[in-house]
Amino acid sequence: MFEDLSARLDLILKKVKGQGKLTEKNIADSLKEIRRALLEADVNYKVVKQFIESVRQKALGTEVLQSVTPGQQIVKIVHDELVRLMGESKTDLKMAGIPPTVIMLAGLQGSGKTTFAAKLANYLRKKGRHPMLVAADVYRPAAKTQLQVLGKSLGIPVYAPEHNEAVRICKEAVGQARKQGCDVLILDTAGRLHIDEAMMQELEQIKKEVKPHEILFVADGMTGQDAVNAASQFLERLDYDGVVLTKMDGDARGGAALSIRAVTGRPIKFLSTGEKLDAIEPFHPDRMASRILGMGDVVSLVEKAQEALDLEKAQKLEKKLRRDEFTLEDFYEQLQQIKKMGPLDQLLGMIPGLGKQLKNVQVDDRAFVKVEAIINSMTPEERRRPQIINGSRRLRIAKGSGTRVQDVNQLLKQFNEMRKMFKRMKNKKFRGAFRPGSLPF
Amino acid sequence: MARFLEKFKQGLQKTRTQVFDRLQHTIKAKRKIDDELLDELEEILISGDVGVDTALALIERVKKRVKKEKYMDTEDLLRILKSEFASLFPRPSEARATSNSKPFVILVVGVNGTGKTTSIARLAHLYKKQGKQVLLAAADTFRAAAIEQLQVWADRLGVECIKHKSGSDPSAVVFDALQAARARGTDVVIIDTAGRLHTKVNLMEELKKIRRVIQKVIPDAPHQVLLVLDATIGQNSISQARQFLEAVGVNGIVLTKLDGTAKGGAVLGIAHQLKVPVLYVGLGEGLEDFAEFDPESFVEGLFADSSLHENRVNAS
Repeated sequence: MFEDLSARLDLILKKVKGQGKLTEKNIADSLKEIRRALLEADVNYKVVKQFIESVRQKALGTEVLQSVTPGQQIVKIVHDELVRLMGESKTDLKMAGIPPTVIMLAGLQGSGKTTFAAKLANYLRKKGRHPMLVAADVYRPAAKTQLQVLGKSLGIPVYAPEHNEAVRICKEAVGQARKQGCDVLILDTAGRLHIDEAMMQELEQIKKEVKPHEILFVADGMTGQDAVNAASQFLERLDYDGVVLTKMDGDARGGAALSIRAVTGRPIKFLSTGEKLDAIEPFHPDRMASRILGMGDVVSLVEKAQEALDLEKAQKLEKKLRRDEFTLEDFYEQLQQIKKMGPLDQLLGMIPGLGKQLKNVQVDDRAFVKVEAIINSMTPEERRRPQIINGSRRLRIAKGSGTRVQDVNQLLKQFNEMRKMFKRMKNKKFRGAFRPGSLPF
Repeated sequence: MARFLEKFKQGLQKTRTQVFDRLQHTIKAKRKIDDELLDELEEILISGDVGVDTALALIERVKKRVKKEKYMDTEDLLRILKSEFASLFPRPSEARATSNSKPFVILVVGVNGTGKTTSIARLAHLYKKQGKQVLLAAADTFRAAAIEQLQVWADRLGVECIKHKSGSDPSAVVFDALQAARARGTDVVIIDTAGRLHTKVNLMEELKKIRRVIQKVIPDAPHQVLLVLDATIGQNSISQARQFLEAVGVNGIVLTKLDGTAKGGAVLGIAHQLKVPVLYVGLGEGLEDFAEFDPESFVEGLFADSSLHENRVNAS
C-alpha cells in the first residue's frame, strides 16, 4: 500500500534534503516532481494543484529558508500537508445512545461493500458489540447468500428475508435486532452508479425510513480521477458521515484516499487491507502520512502486536526464557502469534526505513509453513530437547516435513543462536524476543 | 451495430461531455497552438485518467506532427489528435475470432469486484445468440456465494455450469469442466476465476496452475485469456494488466462500468503501454449492454460532434 508513492516522494525529498540552501528554483523543481508523483498516484488533478500551492507557499516562507536544515523542513511541510489533506485525526464511528446503532454502507458496484460489512461486524464484535448483518442487496445474484455465508463463518446473525424490497428489509431489521439483542445493525446495500437516479432514490428512501446513525461510503482504493465524482454525488444524495477505502493491500498508490477526503471533507474511517475477514484497519491520517513518506508506522505495529499477543502467554514465555527453558514448542507458539498479527509484508512495511527497501522484495508468508512443517514432524521429546536430534532423526524429520536435511539443520542452528541470544539477555531487562535476523525467514 | 453504437454513445456521454468537450473547447477557443495550449491539453488528458506517461507521449507525438505538417488552425489539431488516439489502440488479433478449436476455451481473470461474473454471463449470452453451446466453469471457489452467483446466471441463460464445493481446488473444477465440454461437444467454455489482487504472489501462482491444467487437457487452450478491468480504476489498471499479462498471457481486455465513469482514459494508457487490445466493453446493467470494442468508433465517439455522430449511427 502506498509503496510506489512513498518511494517516489522519498527520492524527490532526498534531493532536497541534501541541499544546504534552498532557492526558489530548487523548491519549484521538487514541487514539479511531487506534483507528477501525486498525479501518477491517481490523486485528483484539482487536489494536487491545491496541495502543491499550499506546500509552495509554506516552503517559501522565511522560516524555511533560514532554518538550519531547510531540506528537513520541506519534508515536514509535505508531511503536515498530507496529514491536513487526509484529515487531522482519527474519527470513530458514532454509536447511538439507544441501541441498535444503524450503520449503512453504500457505494459503486464491486467496491467491496459485502466483504467490508462482514469485516466491520467482526471488528465491532471484537470491541464487545453484538452486530447483525442486513442483506439489503436484492439485485445482484446470490448477494444475500454471500452475506449469509460470511455471517455464518463468523457466527454473526444475518437478516436476509425472502422478499426483495430493500427498504422494507432494512426497516424490519431494526425490529429483528431488538428481538435478538443485537446492538449494531450493518446494512449492506446494493452497489449502484452515482448517476442511476432510481437506485440513488432507493438509498435516500432507506435513509429516510431507517435513519441510520452512520452512513459510510465504500470506495475502491484503486479508483482514479473519477473517485471525486462518485464520492461527491453520493455525498449530495446521502450526506454520508465517513469513507471506507477497500483493496488497499494491492499496489494502489492510494490517490483516492487523498482526493476523496479533500473534496468531500468527510473523514476516512477504515481501510480494508486483505482477503481475510480481520483485514480491517481504522484510518489514522498522521500515521498514514508517515507511511507514505516512508517514515514507518510503529504505533500501528505495536497495536497490532497487542491485539494478537496473549499477555498471559507472553509472561509465561518470559519466565521460560529467564530459566533458559525455551524450547521449539515455545518457538512454534511464537510463530503462531506473529502470524495472527497479519501478513508479513504489511507488518514489515510499518517498520521505519524498511518500507521502501521492501518495495521489490516479496515477503512470502509461506516461509512460516516450512518451519512449521519441520517442527510438526518432530516428536514432543525432540521439540523439548532438540539436542537429541541426531543424523537419522534429522533425515526422518526432513522426510516427514517434505523438506531437506539442510533445512532442518538450518532451523536447528538458528534456534540455537536464538537460545544463545536469550541467554545473553537473561541478566538484562527483557526487551521483546525478536530482533531482525534472529528468525529463520 | 446501430443499436450498439447508440448505446456506446450513451455510455460514453460523460466521457465526451466532460473530458473531450473541454478539450475541443480549449482547442477551438484558441486560434494559435502554443505551448500553453499543449500544457492545457496535458492537464485535460491527465484528469481524464489517461495517465501522465501516456499523456506526455501523446502530446509529444502531436507536437512533432504539428511541427512537420505546419497546419494553421485548431481543426487540424483536432484531426491530428484523433488519429494519434486511434493509432494507440492495437488491432485485435485473431484472439477474438472464434478459432476452429472445439471447445473454444476462454479464461476470465481480474482483481476483485471488476465484474468478472457479470461479464461472463453477458459473454455467454453473446455466444448463445450466435447459436453456440456454452458451458460455464465456476472456478471461483474462494469468494462466498460466487458459485451460486454464476449458477443463477447459468439458470437464467439456460446454459450448463460445472461446479464443485466452495473452497475446493479451482484447477480441479476447470479440469472437470473441460472434460465435460469435450464429452458433450460444447462449443465454448468460459471459466470464471476468483478475483485476486495482482500483487498476491500465491494467488497469481494459482492462476498459472489453472492455465497449466487447461493446457494439459487441451494443449492449445486457453484460446482467449480475458482480463476484466473496471473503468473507474485509475492508473492501477496498468499495473493490473501488466501483472496478469505476465502470469497468464492475457490477450484481451474487457472494460466494464464504462457508463458510470466520466473518463475512459485508462484504456488509452493500457493500449499505449501494454499493447493488449480491448475486446469488449461493458456498459449499463443489462445482459445486452455488452459489445465488441471498436477503437475507431470509440475515438470517433469521443471527438465527433453530436450531429455527425447521429448520421454515422443512422448510416451503419
